Amino acid sequence: MSLVSAADQAPPPAAAPPFAGLRIWFTMLAICLEERLVYRGDFIIGTLMRFLPIVTQVFLWTAVFNATSKADIAGYSRNDIVAYYLLTMVTRAFSSMPGLSGGIARSVRDGSVKKYLVQPVDYVGYLMAARIAHKLVYYLVAILPFAGVFYVCRSYFPPVPDAVTVVAYVLSLTLSFLLGFFMEATLGMLGFWFLEVSSIIFAYMLVQYLLSGHMFPIDMLADIPTGIAGVSAAEVVRWLPFEYTAYFPAAVWLGKIQGATLARDLAIEAGWVVVMAVACRIAWWRGTRRYSAFGG
Amino acid sequence: MNRYLSIFLTFARACLVRDMTFRANFLLECVTSLGWMSMNLAFYVLIFTFTSEIGKNTGWSKEPFFAFVATGLIINSIVQALFMPSAEELTEMVRTGGLDAVLVQPLDAQFMLSMHRVDFSSFANGLVGVGLLGWAVSRMDYQPSPVAWLLYPLLILCGVAILYSLIIMLAAATILLGRNQSLYDFWFYLTNFSRYPAEIYSGPWGGPIRMLCTFVIPILLVVNVPARVIAMPLSGESWGLIAAALIAAAASLLISRLVFQAALAKYRSASS
Repeated sequence: MSLVSAADQAPPPAAAPPFAGLRIWFTMLAICLEERLVYRGDFIIGTLMRFLPIVTQVFLWTAVFNATSKADIAGYSRNDIVAYYLLTMVTRAFSSMPGLSGGIARSVRDGSVKKYLVQPVDYVGYLMAARIAHKLVYYLVAILPFAGVFYVCRSYFPPVPDAVTVVAYVLSLTLSFLLGFFMEATLGMLGFWFLEVSSIIFAYMLVQYLLSGHMFPIDMLADIPTGIAGVSAAEVVRWLPFEYTAYFPAAVWLGKIQGATLARDLAIEAGWVVVMAVACRIAWWRGTRRYSAFGG
Repeated sequence: MNRYLSIFLTFARACLVRDMTFRANFLLECVTSLGWMSMNLAFYVLIFTFTSEIGKNTGWSKEPFFAFVATGLIINSIVQALFMPSAEELTEMVRTGGLDAVLVQPLDAQFMLSMHRVDFSSFANGLVGVGLLGWAVSRMDYQPSPVAWLLYPLLILCGVAILYSLIIMLAAATILLGRNQSLYDFWFYLTNFSRYPAEIYSGPWGGPIRMLCTFVIPILLVVNVPARVIAMPLSGESWGLIAAALIAAAASLLISRLVFQAALAKYRSASS
C-alpha cells in the first residue's frame, strides 16, 4: 500500500517550451470531442425532449394571459414570455454543466483525481477542455432541433436587435458559460472537505433553478416584498450570480436591459466570473493540500 | 392474492427497516422532495399574483387550482413511492443480467420488477398534498358533494393505474432495447403534460395535444379527472370524464401487461 500525499505531488510549474501548454490543451479537447461524438443519437433525442416542458409552460402562460385583461405581465407580453423561455434554453445550453460538480466530487472520493496530480496536466484546465468539447458537440448536434423550434416560433420574437445588443448578447452568453463552469467546479471541489456533496449540489440546483430565471423572468419578482422596506425580491436576486446563468442573456436579447445598465450588468457578470474562477483555484489549491489517497 | 400481499408487505417492511437504519439520509430525501415541491408551489403562488384564473372562464381560480396541484402531489407521491424505485433498478438489471434471477423465481415477474422496493420518503409530498387539498377545499366557494368524496379516491387509484401502466410500458421498452438510460427522462417529460388543467391546451396546437394526451396516452386524465370531481360541480361532462378515466385505467393496465409479457418473451439473458 502506498501513500500519496497531494502536497508532495503538486502540479509542476509550466517550465515547458512555449505553446506546449496550448498543444496539450488542444489534444485534450480533441480527445473529448471524439469521446462525445460516440453518443450523437442520444444527444439529438435528448435535446428535442428538453423542449417539451416549454410547451406546457407556453400553454400555461397563454391561459394566464387569456384570463387577465392585461397586455403584459411585469413588462412581458405573451409573445415575450414564449421568446423568453426559448432564449433561456439557449442560455442554459451555455451555462448548465451536467455532471461537472458530481464528477469532481466522485473523482476525489474514488481517488481518480490523483492521476491529475501526478501528470503535468492542470485539472481545472482539463475539465474546461472537456466541457468545451462537450458543449461544441452539443451545439453541433443541437443546432438542428434548436433551429427548427426557433423557426416554428419565430413570430413570438421581436425583430432582431441592433448590432450592439447582439454583441452584448454573445458576450453575456460566453460569460454565462464561464460563470456556470466555475460555480459548479467550485461546488465539486467541496468534495475535498465533505466526501458526499450530493445534498449540497441538490441545494445549489434548487436555488439555481428558482433564482436564475429558468422558471420565470426575474422581473416578475419586482412587486414581491422581502420584509425589508423598499427592497423587493427581484433586487435581492440581482445581488446574486444566479440570474446570469439564465435570465440575463435572454433579457438582453429581448431589449429589457439597455444602455448604461447593460454595460454595468455585463461588468458585474464578468466580475462574478473572476470571483468564481479565483474561488475555484483557491478550492483546488487548498483541497489538494489536504487530500490524501491510499492504495495503488 | 393473499400471498402477493404478504410478500409485498415483507418487501415494504424491509425497505422501511433500511430507511430507518439510515435515518439522516431518509430525512434528507424527504427534504429533497419537499424542496422541489415548495419551489413549484411558490411559482404557482407567483402566477396568481398576476391573474385570478388559469384560462378564461375555466373555473381554475386559485383554490380549485391548488386542489388540482394537491391531487397531482398525492398521485405522484404514490407512484414515486411504490413503483418508480423498482423501475429505475430494472434498467441496470437488464444490462447486467440481474433480471434472470427475478425470472426464475416462482412469482409474477411484473410484480417482482415493479413492486420490490418502496421509497417511503416520497410519501412526504403526498402528506403535504393531503394538507393542501384540505386547505384548498375549505376555502373554495363550491363544496364537493358526498358522491364526489366517494369518487375521489377511486379516481386517484385510476390515475395511479394509468401512470403505473406507463412505467410498465417504459420498462418493457427497456427490456426490448437492452438499455434505456433515459427511462426516467421520458417519464418526466411525459408526465409533465399532466401537471396543468387540460383546459390550457386549446387552439390549433393545443387541441391536438389535448386529444393525443387524452385518448392515445391518457396522461391528461390522471390528475384532471379526480381534481375536477373535487373542485367543480359534477356535470354531464364530468360523468363522461369519469367513465373515460375508468376505461383508460383498465385498458392501460391490460395493454401494458400484454406489452410487458411480449417484451419478456423476447428477452435474452446478458449473463452466462
